[in-house]
Parts: sequence; C-alpha cells; structure tokens
Amino acid sequence: MATNEQYRTCQTTGLRVYQSAENLIKANAVVAVVFLLVGGLFGIMVALTRWKAIHLLPADWFYLALTAHGINLLVVWIIFFEMAVLYFASSVLLGCRLATPKMAWAGFALMLIGAAITNVAVLMGNSSVMFTSYVPLKADPSFYAGVILFAVGALIGTFVFFGTLVIAKQEKTYEGSVPLVTFGATVAAIIAVFTIASGAIILIPTFLWSIGYVSHIDTLMYRTIWWAFGHSSQQINVAAHISIWYLISAVVLGAKPLSEKVSRGAFLLYVLFLQLASAHHLLVDPGISSEWKIFNTSYAIYLAVLGSMVHGMTVPGQIEAAQRKKGYTNGLFEWLRKCPWGNPAFSGMFISLILFGFLGGISGVVMGVEQINLIIHNTIYVPGHFHATVVAGTTLAFMAVTYLLIPLIFQKEIMFPGMAKLQPYVFGLGVAGISVFMMGAGTLGVPRRHWDISQADAVLPYDFPGAANLMMGLNGMSALLAGVGGAMFIAVAVGSIFFGKKIVDSAEAPTAVAADENAAVVAKHGDEEHPAIPGTIVLVVVFFTSFVLYYFVNWKYLAEVWPLR
Amino acid sequence: MSVTPPTNRIWWNERVPKSELIWVIVAFVWGLIMFFMMIYWHAYGEQNLSNEAYKITAEQFTEKTEAMVEKYQVREESGYPVVHPPPGEDVYMIARLWQWWPILELEKGQSYRLHLSSLDWMHGFSLQPININLQIHPDYEMVLTVTPTTTGEFGVVCNEYCGIGHHTMLGRIYVVDNEGK
Repeated sequence: MATNEQYRTCQTTGLRVYQSAENLIKANAVVAVVFLLVGGLFGIMVALTRWKAIHLLPADWFYLALTAHGINLLVVWIIFFEMAVLYFASSVLLGCRLATPKMAWAGFALMLIGAAITNVAVLMGNSSVMFTSYVPLKADPSFYAGVILFAVGALIGTFVFFGTLVIAKQEKTYEGSVPLVTFGATVAAIIAVFTIASGAIILIPTFLWSIGYVSHIDTLMYRTIWWAFGHSSQQINVAAHISIWYLISAVVLGAKPLSEKVSRGAFLLYVLFLQLASAHHLLVDPGISSEWKIFNTSYAIYLAVLGSMVHGMTVPGQIEAAQRKKGYTNGLFEWLRKCPWGNPAFSGMFISLILFGFLGGISGVVMGVEQINLIIHNTIYVPGHFHATVVAGTTLAFMAVTYLLIPLIFQKEIMFPGMAKLQPYVFGLGVAGISVFMMGAGTLGVPRRHWDISQADAVLPYDFPGAANLMMGLNGMSALLAGVGGAMFIAVAVGSIFFGKKIVDSAEAPTAVAADENAAVVAKHGDEEHPAIPGTIVLVVVFFTSFVLYYFVNWKYLAEVWPLR
Repeated sequence: MSVTPPTNRIWWNERVPKSELIWVIVAFVWGLIMFFMMIYWHAYGEQNLSNEAYKITAEQFTEKTEAMVEKYQVREESGYPVVHPPPGEDVYMIARLWQWWPILELEKGQSYRLHLSSLDWMHGFSLQPININLQIHPDYEMVLTVTPTTTGEFGVVCNEYCGIGHHTMLGRIYVVDNEGK
C-alpha cells in the first residue's frame, strides 16, 4: 500500500501535498502550456490570414492551421490543464494520496501519444477536416485514432480523480462535505465522462469508416452525437473554470461562499442540464423538430443558464463580503477598488469572470435561441462567442490559477513579476477584441472557417460590406495583442518553473489553511453574519439589463429578415 | 472557504441570504420568459424554420432540380442557368463542390417552397446580405417557404467548410419587383 507515501505541507496554505499528485500536476500543467504555445501560434496565423491586408497563408495551409489551432487549444491544452486541476482539487485540497498514480501516468502517456499522433496527421496535410471532422470529409485514420487515444487517457485521469475522492472519504482526510471547489471539479469530471462516452460513440465508427470497415455514416447523426462530445467538452471547462474562480477568491482573499447550498445547487444544475446544449449546433439542420430544438437548446427551461447566472452573482458577492469584513466598507465599490489588482491570479480571475459573463454568456444564450440562430449559424459570430467563453473565460482562468500553482506546487518564485502583473490585462484586452470584432463581422454575414471572403476566383462573387473587412482587420490586431499576452504568460510560467528561484520550506510547524490572520477572520464567520453586498447587486443589475436589452435587440434583427415558415 | 469543507456540517439547513434568493427567482423567471418567447414566436413571429425534411438521394434531387431548370429557365449567366419559376412554385437549389446551382430569380412579396440539399458534403447556405443561414446535408432535403421582401441581387455564400475550394462556392438569387406586370 502506498498509504505511507511522502508528502510535504505547504507553508503558505497548510495544504498537504503528496509527491505523486504533485508530479502529475506538474507534468500535466507543463505539457498543457506547450500545447497552448503550439495552438496559439496557429491561431495567430489564422487571424492574420483572415486580415485582408495581410492574408498570410495560402488556402491549404490556412485550413491546416485552423484545424491545428482548434484541436490543440479547444482539446489538448484545456484537457491537459484540467487533469492538473482535477488532481489538485482531489489530492491536494482533500489532503489525500492520489489513487493509482501509475494508472494516472498511463493516462497521461496515452493523452500525450494521442495528441502527438493527431498533430502529426494534421501537419501531414491530409487531415484538414477542422476540429469537428464532419463526415464525409475524411481525415487520415491516424487523426481519429489520436483523438480516441487522447480521450481514453483523459477518461483514465477522470477515474483516478473519482478514486481519490473515495480514498479521501475512507481514510477520513477531511470532515463533513468536500470543499466547494472539489464539488465543482467533481461536476466537471462527471460531465467529462458523458463527453468522452459521446466522443467514443461517434469517433470509433468514424475511425472504422476511415479505414473502410464501415461504409456510410449519416451526416445528421454524426453532427448530433459529435456535438454531445464537442459542446459538452466545453461544458467541462465551464465547471472547471468556475471552480477556479471560487478557488482563487478563497486563496487570495479568504472568501467564503455566501451560501454553500446555492453555489452547490448551481453546480448541480450543470450536471443535470448542461449537456443538452449540443442542440445549439443543430438549430438550422433538417430533420429535427422544433419541439426537440426548443427543449434542448434552452437546457430544459434555461436551468443551466440559471446555474451560471447564480455563479455570476455568488463569486463577486463572496469577494465583496470578504472585503467588507476586512473593513473596506465605504460606498458601493471600495471593496472592489481595494482588491489586489496587481496580483495576476486575482486580476486574471476577475477579468475572466466579467468577459465570460458579459461577452460569452449573453451571446451564447442569444445565439442559442431557436429562431435567432437563423441569423447567426456558422457566421464568424460563433467563434466570436466561444473565444469569449473558452479563451477569455477558461484559458484566462487557467492562466490565473497557474500564478498560484507555481509557488504552491512547483515551489518556485514567480519570475518577471512586473510582466506577470500586466499579463492578464494584455491578454484579456486582446481576447475581448477578438470576440467583439468577430461577433461584429458575424452580424454582417462573414462566414467562419473561410479562407477569403473577397472570393477572388469565384464565378459569382459577392461583395461583403467594407465594415466586414475592417472588423476582420481589427480582429487580426486583437489576435496579435492576445498573442503578446499569451507569450508573456508562457515566458513567466516557463521561466518560473525551469529557472525560477526555489522556495525553501522552513521547518516551521504546519499551519492551517488561510493562516493569514485577515483571511482567517473572514473564513470563520457563519453565513448569518455575511454583510450586505450592495456593490454586487449593482453589478448584477447592470449585467441583467445588458442581457435583456441584447436579447430583445436580436429578436428585432430577426424580425427584419425575409419571412420563413 | 471554498477550498475547505463547509464550516457548518449541516450546511444545507443554512438560511440563504435574501439577495441571492431574489436573484435566483429573477433568473428563473427570466429563463421561463426566454423559453416561452421561442414558442410565442412560432405562433406570432414570421421567421420560423420549417420542420419539413425528407430523406433523398443525390440522383433524385438532381433530377427534380434539372426538371425545374428545364421548365423555367429564362437566361444564362456565367454558365449558370437563371430560373424564374411562377410564384408559389417549388424551387430547388443544389449544393455541391463548389457551386450553388442554379441561379434563382424570385418575385418580391411572393412565397416559394424552397428545397435545399447537398449532393456530396455538408454545406452552409448563407443568404447575404439578408443573413439567413441554414445547414445543408447530403441525403436530406430541407423544404421551407420563403417570402422575399426586398429586391436586388443576393449572394449565397457557403459557410460550412467543404474543402479547398470552399471560398469559391457562391451562388446567387435575384429578387425582382413584378407589381408593374
């Protein structure tokens, strides 16, 4: 038995860190960052090609780069990092040894091999089928095989997480219920199992089709099941990055949930309803009834949206409550002004929260309306939306938590602290630009996944309005800015991890979590003692007003197009 | 804290702060409004995608489209037949690598049953600058009734990636004013 495994106690947080979990967190996080770099470079090439004045790549390279960008960032970077998050949320937060570390390493190896195989297939040039690989577009068989291996590896990692929860319970390494962050990570892991199962159901037959063992795959069936994988994988991210919002506000500010019941209830809604969102992709497909579309696209009756709207209040709300407890009680927003804006973990988390809610959340609900989707489907509005959710939301939250993992797990001091301080702002501004300008171009009809909207060699050309080219140019500039922000992150992360100054553990007695006196005061108060949160209420009112206005403005846009029935 | 087990072991009995409770109710009601808005639009709105669709083969769809072209072709442009079917008629448009075929000429204010299908891969029907977007599958025939309300020349862009010639896949629809006739 590995119960006597070595652990150390983190000096700052008092958390018990087991060697096996620590090594796996390190490996997964480092590999994730490598793929972030690869995928990011392809992303910049894509954006520069769609910037008319530059039009960087030829058509075949453009579609290759777009496929590589999607696979490496939407899947590889995010899932590797999520494995690190799962091991952290189970082993480290519960102070428990990791279940079957060897299996976890096997999963890690499968993911790495799978990612490498798929990347090679894409770079060979005969697998430019996009992240979605819609049949009957055919990729090299190794493309599908790589994705399948990667998914199996991720599934193993997910079960190591579940196993660790069981061990922690058995060995009583914690009392009562698991922490909220672990609860959120569990939600992410449950969604991951559903996601990977859906991926297997569709990609295994597709692999067999690519090698000739299956003769035909129905396109509508493919899209229906593939999106249960493709969209749900982004729902893992939502659960994971919201857990990280809670994690960062707890570690940096000592924030405590306003109400465990409400926050956990909101996470539970994700388990029950988030997966229905694969319908968002099928709203203008033939052969699917409106009843099916309305029920699924709205997550029953917007119950998963309800979950997100709740987190959108409880995260800033718990920050406000913690700050007010510390004495920042003047006016509506002193608590917000006095937040540690120079700490990249905090600023990254807060920018992620704002951009995810205002840009990603609102646009996602609006484009998911059955009828409004008619004026948005497959335009570049769609990538505009998901860059706000997956890049501004998930990626920025992952970057922010890395600034905590470097001292805690890698035991290194942050290198280039000045650059680290600026990084979330630069990256956040760049991504906000990408999202806004792509959404703007999308409302002008610009298609996604399109090499050249000036259609130089088309027989029946169509001229897009000049504003569309302007938007795509601004998108290119924003992508460069986000690229700078991404490079700053990689420089800080890689620099600190490999060349940073080692933090030496002193022989002091282990301290309890949140040994910081101020944080402890905040953490101990009961729910009844939460101060009022007027500032958050103002923020929520602003959010809700924008949401309602934008929602009805889009109905107005829809009402102006040709009648259809 | 969110990183430690709840301080109160029986956390599910804790009182929910009023501000949170109100927000949960507001958000839930807003969800209901958005849900019923889609149903309302089916009853009173003018832009609803029909649920009519059929399984069809590429050969059958080509046959139907060619029959229409033969019957109603009025001229040719850049090698494409231009078809002007009478109002209320069934009109067909083929999506294939890398064409929308043929060119349609419709009359303003009249309704047409538009049939769309792909002969090979998936394509995206994107009518510009109106910005109506539909997913076009092979083996499925989508039928919708459309009423053009503006005249002019409209582009049909392909907005589902369909290989290296994707960006050259464009079609055209003309809408003419026929009230004077």
